[in-house]
Order: sequence, then C-alpha cells, then structure tokens
Amino acid sequence: MPAVSKGDGMRGLAVFISDIRNCKSKEAEIKRINKELANIRSKFKGDKALDGYSKKKYVCKLLFIFLLGHDIDFGHMEAVNLLSSNKYTEKQIGYLFISVLVNSNSELIRLINNAIKNDLSSRNPTFMCLALHCIANVGSREMAEAFASEIPRILVAGDTMDSVKQSAALCLLRLYKTSPDLVLMGEWTSRVVHLLNDQHMGVVTAAISLITCLSQKNPDEFKTCVSLAVSRLSRIVSSASTDLQDYTYYFVPAPWLSCKLLRLLQCYPPPEDGAVKGRLVECLETILNKAQEPPKSKKVQHSNAKNAILFEAISLIIHYDSEPNLLVRACNQLGQFLQHRETNLRYLALESMCTLASSEFSHEAVKTHIETVINALKTERDVSVRQRAADLLYAMCDRSNAKQIVAEMLSYLETADYSIREEMVLKVAILAEKYAVDYSWYVDTILNLIRIAGDYVSEEVWYRVIQIVINRDDVQGYAAKTVFEALQAPACHENMVKVGGYILGEFGNLIAGDPRSSPLVQFNLLHSKFHLCSVPTRALLLSAYIKFINLFPETKATIQEVLRCDSQIRNSDVELQQRAVEYLKLSSIASTDVLATVLEEMPPFPERESSILAKLKKKKGPGAVSVTELEDSKREGGELNGGSDRGPDTAAMAASNAVTELLGSVTKIVHFLVFQSTPSPSADLLGIRSAPPVGAASTSAGSLLVDVFSEAGPTIPPAAVNDDGFLRFVCKNNGVLFENQLLQIGIKSEYRQNLGRMYLFYGNKTSVQFANFTTTTKPVEPLVEGGAQIQQVLNIECLTDFSDAPLLNIKFRYGGALQNLTLKLPVTINKFFQPTEMSSHDFFQRWKQLSQPQQEAQKIFKANHGMDTEVLKAKLLGLGTALLDNVDPNPENYVCAGVIQTKSQQVGCLLRLEPNAQAQVAHTAHSKVTAKCLEKISHSGSEYNRSLNAEDE
Amino acid sequence: SLWIRFILIQNRAGKTRLAKWYMQFDDDEKQKLIEEVHAVVTVRDAKHTNFVEFRNFKIIYRRYAGLYFCICVDVTDNNLAYLEGIHNFVEVLNEYFHNVCELDLVFNFYKVYTVVDEMFLAGEIRETSQTKVLKQLLMLQSLE
Repeated sequence: MPAVSKGDGMRGLAVFISDIRNCKSKEAEIKRINKELANIRSKFKGDKALDGYSKKKYVCKLLFIFLLGHDIDFGHMEAVNLLSSNKYTEKQIGYLFISVLVNSNSELIRLINNAIKNDLSSRNPTFMCLALHCIANVGSREMAEAFASEIPRILVAGDTMDSVKQSAALCLLRLYKTSPDLVLMGEWTSRVVHLLNDQHMGVVTAAISLITCLSQKNPDEFKTCVSLAVSRLSRIVSSASTDLQDYTYYFVPAPWLSCKLLRLLQCYPPPEDGAVKGRLVECLETILNKAQEPPKSKKVQHSNAKNAILFEAISLIIHYDSEPNLLVRACNQLGQFLQHRETNLRYLALESMCTLASSEFSHEAVKTHIETVINALKTERDVSVRQRAADLLYAMCDRSNAKQIVAEMLSYLETADYSIREEMVLKVAILAEKYAVDYSWYVDTILNLIRIAGDYVSEEVWYRVIQIVINRDDVQGYAAKTVFEALQAPACHENMVKVGGYILGEFGNLIAGDPRSSPLVQFNLLHSKFHLCSVPTRALLLSAYIKFINLFPETKATIQEVLRCDSQIRNSDVELQQRAVEYLKLSSIASTDVLATVLEEMPPFPERESSILAKLKKKKGPGAVSVTELEDSKREGGELNGGSDRGPDTAAMAASNAVTELLGSVTKIVHFLVFQSTPSPSADLLGIRSAPPVGAASTSAGSLLVDVFSEAGPTIPPAAVNDDGFLRFVCKNNGVLFENQLLQIGIKSEYRQNLGRMYLFYGNKTSVQFANFTTTTKPVEPLVEGGAQIQQVLNIECLTDFSDAPLLNIKFRYGGALQNLTLKLPVTINKFFQPTEMSSHDFFQRWKQLSQPQQEAQKIFKANHGMDTEVLKAKLLGLGTALLDNVDPNPENYVCAGVIQTKSQQVGCLLRLEPNAQAQVAHTAHSKVTAKCLEKISHSGSEYNRSLNAEDE
Repeated sequence: SLWIRFILIQNRAGKTRLAKWYMQFDDDEKQKLIEEVHAVVTVRDAKHTNFVEFRNFKIIYRRYAGLYFCICVDVTDNNLAYLEGIHNFVEVLNEYFHNVCELDLVFNFYKVYTVVDEMFLAGEIRETSQTKVLKQLLMLQSLE
C-alpha cells in the first residue's frame, strides 16, 4: 500500500479501503460496507461527542462508500458540522462531501450557506477558496441567491489574493450559467474586463472564461475586451519561449491562455480599429510562421501545445473570413498536416479544412488536396478519420469535381462502416442532385446508391429521385429504361422495386415501344417482385397496376385478373384489400375519359428545400449544415425542380375525390380540431396534428399521388403518449399539465362558444439550458435557460365534434440527451359547452324525445372516493353544463344541460347522474350516468364518464 | 459557451478512479455515461486519434499505463488544448504523489479532488502552471 506509507492521512480510512480491496466477492464487499455503516452510525449516534478528526474520518469513509456506488442516507449533518471546523483538512472533507452528495434538503442548504458565508468573510484565502469551490461545484439556485452579489466584490477587490480571484471568477461563471438573472455585472463590467491585464497569468486564465461567457450574452457591454485581448495575445505570441517561466509548457508560452484569448476574439467581428486589427493580423501571421519553424523539442507535448494555438488561430481566421491571404496560408498549413504521421493531426486538419472549404477565399485552395483526401477515405485505419475525410469531400464538392467525388464516395460505400453508411448515402444523394447537369447521371447515381446500400437509403432519398424525375421530362424516358434494367437483377432491393413501380407506372409508356420492354413484359417484371415485398410496397405496386391499365389498355384483362384473385381482393391487410377492390371497380365501371382524368400523370412538384438536406441537418444537429450550403441548394434546387404552382396535394385530393364519388363510397375524412396558429415557414412540420382520422385509409387511391415528403417522420421514435395529466383537466382549465424532474408544463385556458385560447407555460426546472426546444404547435425560442419559463399561446377552434384530443409533442436537448415527450392537450369536447337553463317540464320532455339508441350513452361506474355533494356539483359545473336544481324528482340525482358549440353545428346535450349511495362500501359507491344528445356525438357519453371517473379519483 | 462536461479517470476494467461532473446528471445517467465512455474508449488503439465523438459531445482521452483520463467537451472545442490539459494534470499528479500509480488515486481519492479543483473549476481551466499548483498543494498539505 504505497499511498498509506506516505500517509499524513487517516489510518482507519486506509485500512477500510484495503479491506474493501481485499474482498473476494461482491457479497463480501457489501458485508464489509454494512459493518462499517453500522459502526459509523453508532459513532454518530453515540453519547460521546466525536472529535473533529474522527468526524472527518467517518465522513470520508461514507464518501468512499458512496463513490463505490452505494446509497448513503446519513452523515450529512456531520459533514455540515465539519464546515465550521478551523482545521483545513476537516473543512475540506466537509466541503467535498457536500459537493459530491448535493442534497437539496432545504434545512441543510441554509446551514451550508451559513458556513460558506463565514468562510467567504474569513479573509483566510484557503478557506475562501474552499467555499468558492463548493459554490462552483454545486452551483444551485439557492447558492446563487445567497452569493451572486457577493462574489463580484471579492473578484475585483484590490486586496483579494490571486488564487481567490481565480476561484471567484469561475465560481461566478458557474452561477451565471445556472442563474443568469441573479448575476448582475453592471457596475463591475469594466473592472472584470480589465482582469485581462492582470499581472498574474492564472488570474487572466480563469477570468477570460468568465469574460468569454459574458461577452457571448452581452457583446456590446464587453466589447472593450477585444483590444485588451489582442494586446495580451500579442505579448504572449511575441515572447521568447522561456519568458513566461511558470506558464511556459514544453517551450510553448502560455498555450491554454493563448487558445482562450483566440476563442474570446471569436465572439466578435474583426476589430474596427485599424491599429488593433493590424496587431492581431500580425499575431496570426506569427502563429502561422511558428508552425513552419523547426520544433524546439521532439516531445509530442511541444507540438500539441503549439498546434492547439495554431488550430485556434485558424478558427479565428475562418470566423473572420475576410483575410484571403491568411485563409490560403491556413489552408496550406492544414494541407501539410493531411499527410502528417500523427493521426490526431490528420484528423484535425480534415476537420478544420471542412470549414475552410465553405469560404469563397479558400474553397479553391482546399480543392487542390482532393487526391490526399480521397486517399484518406480509402486508407485511414480510424473510422472517425475516414468520416472526416468524407465530410471534407462533401464540403469541397462543386460542379468541377462532383462526378469524381460522387464516384469515390459510391465506391467507398461498398465497404464503408455500417455506422456511417446512412449519412454517406444522404450525402451522395444530395451531391448528385445539387450538381446534376446531366440528369441521366443523377438517375444512375441514385439507382447505384439503392443497389449498393439499399438498406440505408431512406424514404427521403427515393422520394426525391421520383420528385425530380416527375419534374424533368427530359429524364423520364431514361429513368424508365434504367429502372427497367435494374429490375432485371434476380435480387433487387425493395427500394428499387418502389422506385421501379412508381416510375414505370408513370412513364412506362416511354419505353413500351421496344418489344423487350413491352407493357406486358413490364407488368410481369414488376409483378414477379410483388410477393417478396412488404405491404407498403405492394400497395404502391397496386397503384402502379391501375396506372398501367390507363397507360396500356391491353394489359387491362391481365391486371384485372390479378386484382380479382383472392390473395388481393380478400387480402387480410385492409389497405391492400381496399386498393384491390377499388381499383378493380374503377377499372371496370369508369369510362376511358374518367380513367384518364383520375389516373393522369403526376403534376410537377412544387419547389422546396430538398427533404434529404433537411434530414441530414436533423442528423447532424443544428449548425452542422452551413447557411451558404442551404441557400446554395435552394438556388440549384430551383433549377432542378422547375417549380410549379400546382400542388400535388391538390391534385391528389381531386383524384381521391373523383374516385370516392365514382365508387359511391361513403367514407369521408373526418376533421377533428383545426388549430389556427400563425403560419410559419415550416408549417407542414409544425402544424399540430390531431390523432389520425379513422377514414384516412380510404383515400388510398390518392395517397400514392400525395407528396409524402412533408410527412417525413421525425428520426426519433415518438415517445408514448403521456396522458397522466390529461384527465384532470376535463373539468378544469388551469393547472399543471405535466411535470417531471426537468420540465413543468402549466396551462391556462379559456373557452367561449366554439373558440378557445390556451396559454402553455414551459418551465425549465433544472439549472441547465435546454437546447433545440421545439413543440409541434408553434415555433418557440429554441433555448430555454435553466430556471426560465417560456410561454406559448394557442388559438383553438372547434370545427366539428371530435373524440380524440390533439397531441402535443415536445423535444429538447438536456445535456447530451434528447428528450421527447408527447402529451394530450387537454382539449375535450365539453370545453365547448354552453350551459342552458331549463325547467323540469322542458327537461323531461326533451329527455323522452331523445330515445334513439345513437342519441343516448349510459355508463355505470364506481366512484373511487365517495360522493361528496359539493365536490360532485363542482365537477359537473366544471364540465361546462348548467346544473339544474329542482328538476329531477329524486333529489339525490343531478341533472345538467348544455349546448356544445362547434363551427358547423350546435348540439344540445342533457345529462343525468344517479348516485347509488346504498352500494357504497367504504369510499366506493356506484353511480349511473346517462347522457342524451340531440344528435349523436361520437363517444360523448363515455367521454363524460371518463371525466367523472377521473374526477372522482 | 464551451466548457468541460465531465472528467473521468477509469482503469481498463472500467473501475472509476475519479468522476468529476460539471453539469447536472442524475445518478443513473452518470452510471450510464461512465459505462458508455469506457466502452467507447477502451476499444481504440494507439493508431487511433485521441478524440472520439460521444453523443452530442466529444471525448478527449489519453491512456497512461492502465488508466484512461477522459474529458468530455463540446464538439467545437479545442482538442489539442484539452489533450495537453490532461497531460499537464497527470504531470502534476505524478509530482504530487511522487510517481503516481493507480493505488495512489484510490487511497487518496479525497486529495485528487483537491488537485482537480486547483486546475479545473466550473468546467474551465483554472490554473495551468505546474509550479503554482504544486506550491499550493504543498501549502495545503502542511495545514492541519
């Protein structure tokens, strides 16, 4: 036990740790721990007051046990007691215990804060640092409230020791991150900025982190830091390798501080002051020059430290993107690194070059390294390096090298790691589209993609190729010919069948003149794949077949026979069966004209951002795709799509309606609630969706034609719908809808007639920012700071009756993890009740009139918590109806009346609740509720019961 | 802004010798992170980079004998600065414990926290001078 022999430490602790290490099994370890816990507990409970040393030792043992992964439920008080010790070692263990086992127990927080306060005012730098470190480690809101105003004072006071300043600066930074509202720099701003001039490099190193964070939030207030940072940097960069003594690391002067200074400058645009700018450019040039000098040491630490500064300088150069000379020099430097023997450097050079490729000044310079990068893609051992090489090829791609790059990426795909295939496929698809001058090349590329990596070709990719083929009539014949050939392969990927089915269904006529691809040959080829395909593909093929009947009347008999066979017309899958039935009927009763209209060639798709690009962005997270790239694709995409105003949705809808009318089908799309929310650029993704309408499947004839792009689902599987809070809102309008450890969602709502307004309050309960915060209702601020709350207003209109509540999906990032939450918005039909008063006579007359089975719903249910008259009354009123007194002859019963207001109609509704107190056992009782309506409202009866049941809980 | 999310020291078997967290995670999440980092880092060999993508962050790590020192930072942060930050930290430990070994970190775990706090605080680099850090540590050592 080498450490013990060195020990100034606690012998008992060392012995205990040895014992644990000697345990042969998990059981033995647990036994030993339990023995120790019992021992410590008895010591803490004992009559004899423990001395500081013992207390420290036992608290430290508890901490060790906790760090082994066991729960600790005592000892907090003893740890807090240690805080007020005068001995450093005791205090340190106390603070350590508190920092590691943070406990929001309010009693203790008060005591802890008190001890911290004493130490902060002790003027003992060691104690002050301990206290500051504790605040920095815990960083709770309570601590921010207690100390946020005190710490800036310590930070800038003239007599504060350097080490305390360092801790104070970072402590303040932590509080600012968790509770920015409580840290008010105001009067301190200038003095904090001037810490950049501090003599002590450690103080500058710590303070600059604080200044960088504050600058990002309040750039104007802190902008004087730019010139100070430049002059500090200049002094470091021009110093000889030993000038800075303690702060020289392997012959590199102050590498970390240099990086931080360069990072701070990236919060601002290039300095406006010519002298400052000149000095900065000089620094950057010096850094680039130093990279060319022979190394002062062979040690990797030397070159790493030097290159850390170099890469940060290059980041700044790229950030400014205004100095062509520096950009090209940076690119040349990185070019040297591309062939360096250090894998780290090759990796970083590829990564850094990726950003250089997007600058107009260095794009060409980057392109000169194409062969090296392609070689990296083929030969690097580390997959992450290959990934960077692929990223760089993607970034440097333009018209001049697209064919070469796409070919290389395709050939790499054949052997690429599974982990990066999907992304590679997206990238190839985007490049092929973006730089397609020759559309036959584009079609070849995508079909190759499907052939090589079919499993990784997402729906977006094959949707897109179809969109483009539809929009470009010069490529349709080629596309038909190529898919026809591709389908000849004995084993072809299902995605190929989908593309083939769609394209031949639309443009098969363009190759039908060749007897080798006559209509029947085409049909037989497609149908030979049918039985190996999944249901959605089969559905698509059925639609292709009906299109064939229109394109090639000579195939009608064959296809009708296929549709008529039992495996189609009696298929157990309802969608397939429906298509078969409808298409068969359509083909037999519709005249050629009608058929030609319904099955007309698809109209061009409207111009829009490539959904593949959208997917890639989603995959990479925001910021991964630069703005220029986006605009670029829009520009070039326009050329491809040959924009048209005729939306496919309208066409599809018309076709679907035509089919529906023809067949005399009674299915209609049921509209539930439609929310009026402010239109947003991406409304198709943000528009709230109610639960899918039951009749939706019946639009099958049209669904083939619908551009499915906008429905491209999120990549994350939706979370299960959480409706815990939902039922509680049936009878009330305000309250907390949802709450977990991270998030609280509050609701305030009001309704009048068929309109409603709902305020949603999203509260971040943590001290950490939520990023990428999105909801499916309306766009909101994407960042929700720790402790902050954001508000959202929804306008609601009830168009017609409905039974399913609209869903609200919320996504955000908390730390590393994506949080995905789906809730039912508490909008129930009863919210649109208008109470109606009526006499006993009127009530019962109407009650009797409503005798049709579909006008009545009745349910008997258990009251889970007794039946308090006042509670019941309050709930019935909460339902929105009028509670009618002296109407029912039985005074035990409750009767209510109201009119449900929808945009299309008003529906009167009567309700009677008959409690059965006799059956009451303990807190349970039976009651019967009957609801009658003038017209049937779907599930309305059960809706009320659910609500009453819920309310009874 | 960019900062260190956590620092981990683990041995090859996956035993944690230090876990320092600079953002809030609950205990289960911490355990998961520890296991994931171990899985990601131990499969890599000397020819690989010292950087590895990790969830929405990246891990900068370096292996010393049987111990992996890992720092989790934002993807856009400076890889080499943290890589040398680790080495600087290891040199301080080595000096402080006179040829540090894994057991020193086990038996003196409470002192390791002090070393960390001297060099990294609130997820930021606090002090980089080995001389200054060691001087401070020796001063603290002399206190009772």
